[in-house]
Amino acid sequence: MACDQWRGKLDAYVDGELDSAEVNQFGAHLRSCPQCAADALARLQMKRSVQRAGNRYQASAQLRERIAKSVASKPSRQAGSLWKILAVPALSVLVLSLAVNLYIGREAARRQRLYSELADLHVAALASAAPVDVVSTDRHTVKPWFQGKIPFSFNLPELQGSEFTLLGGRVTYLAQTPGAHLIYQVRKHEVSVFIFQDRGDDTASLSSGPVHALSFNVENWTQNGLRYFVVGDVGADDIQALSKLLRDAK
Amino acid sequence: MKEPPDRLSAATFEDLAMPLFDQLYNLARWLTQDTAEADDLVQETYAKALRGFSSFQTGTNFRAWMYRILRNSFLSSRTGLKVMVPLDGEADETLLPIEGATPESILIETADRETVQQALTDLPVHFREILLLCEVEEMSYQEIAETLAIPIGTVMSRLYRARRALRELLQKKKQGNRHGL
Repeated sequence: MACDQWRGKLDAYVDGELDSAEVNQFGAHLRSCPQCAADALARLQMKRSVQRAGNRYQASAQLRERIAKSVASKPSRQAGSLWKILAVPALSVLVLSLAVNLYIGREAARRQRLYSELADLHVAALASAAPVDVVSTDRHTVKPWFQGKIPFSFNLPELQGSEFTLLGGRVTYLAQTPGAHLIYQVRKHEVSVFIFQDRGDDTASLSSGPVHALSFNVENWTQNGLRYFVVGDVGADDIQALSKLLRDAK
Repeated sequence: MKEPPDRLSAATFEDLAMPLFDQLYNLARWLTQDTAEADDLVQETYAKALRGFSSFQTGTNFRAWMYRILRNSFLSSRTGLKVMVPLDGEADETLLPIEGATPESILIETADRETVQQALTDLPVHFREILLLCEVEEMSYQEIAETLAIPIGTVMSRLYRARRALRELLQKKKQGNRHGL
């Protein structure tokens, strides 16, 4: 019954068009309704696919230059010929710095998008009725389960003597690439570990190292052609400890 | 020769307009489906916007204003006149039909970038346009309404129908591929 009230608002929800009260109510409904949750997730995925597919075309450098020149603030005529001599290098510095700014801006946006996507995967898994598809604390059960499901293999650490427990794993997708999503627990907090193939694309553009994004702590690095992300709402120390265990895994 | 725009407003226009260059080009290219036409369209947009900048009201949405100029230029171009289909009864569809479960979630997850791009290309231009504004430009419904000069209710119903059309196209492609195997 509650569904009827919300189904028509699913799009508005994923588009971020509901007010905060409605978002909270909707959130509560999603936690109790796997069907709406799955639907919301599907819509979100579709949104992301279109976003990725839609960023497609790049203008030629000539066009950019031509337009930048045509809209550049023109020096006043009285300034004389000195201006003309200076104007060309000044303009190219301007165009260059503009290009650099745009590039940096795009990179930042891409990083932000990637982190929020990872955070979403983490949250979506925890919110779902079955967070993991292979439920086991035993790395010798979890690792072989992934065989044939993802196109690579990885090593999981021995957790004896650490504060971490393995809860299980599931197959996940990031930027249309399949990967492993492992969930660990430390002091009642869940931490997600994502492992993808390093394809030298989007994910590779990230610099390794710890980040604090969207109130999650994230660590990421590349090792043996694999890209690792550790995401959780625990402190940076715990994230680092788990990252170290994973790095040293044999 | 006419007096050039005073330096302050020219500088402001440049500062506001150049950061939009990449996005505007991307949209122009999606609308026209042609490199040369996209170049012309972006150039025309900047020229018109610079000329009309004095009529832009500070405090209102500059991005929506630029997109509106781009779009109007496109619509009055030869390609634009051909592709834009008039929409009838769209505003009446504000009450959205309820959809069933979405088993296509798996499909979307695995649809690759090129397939989605092809599907976007195949969509009618008014659907393609609103999807790009919403997903790629991440405009709010309000901003889309301003850009397209349509009421918010129409934004919602058009967006809804655009997404449904895209899902159907992707589904079709997926089935086609499967039969092709």
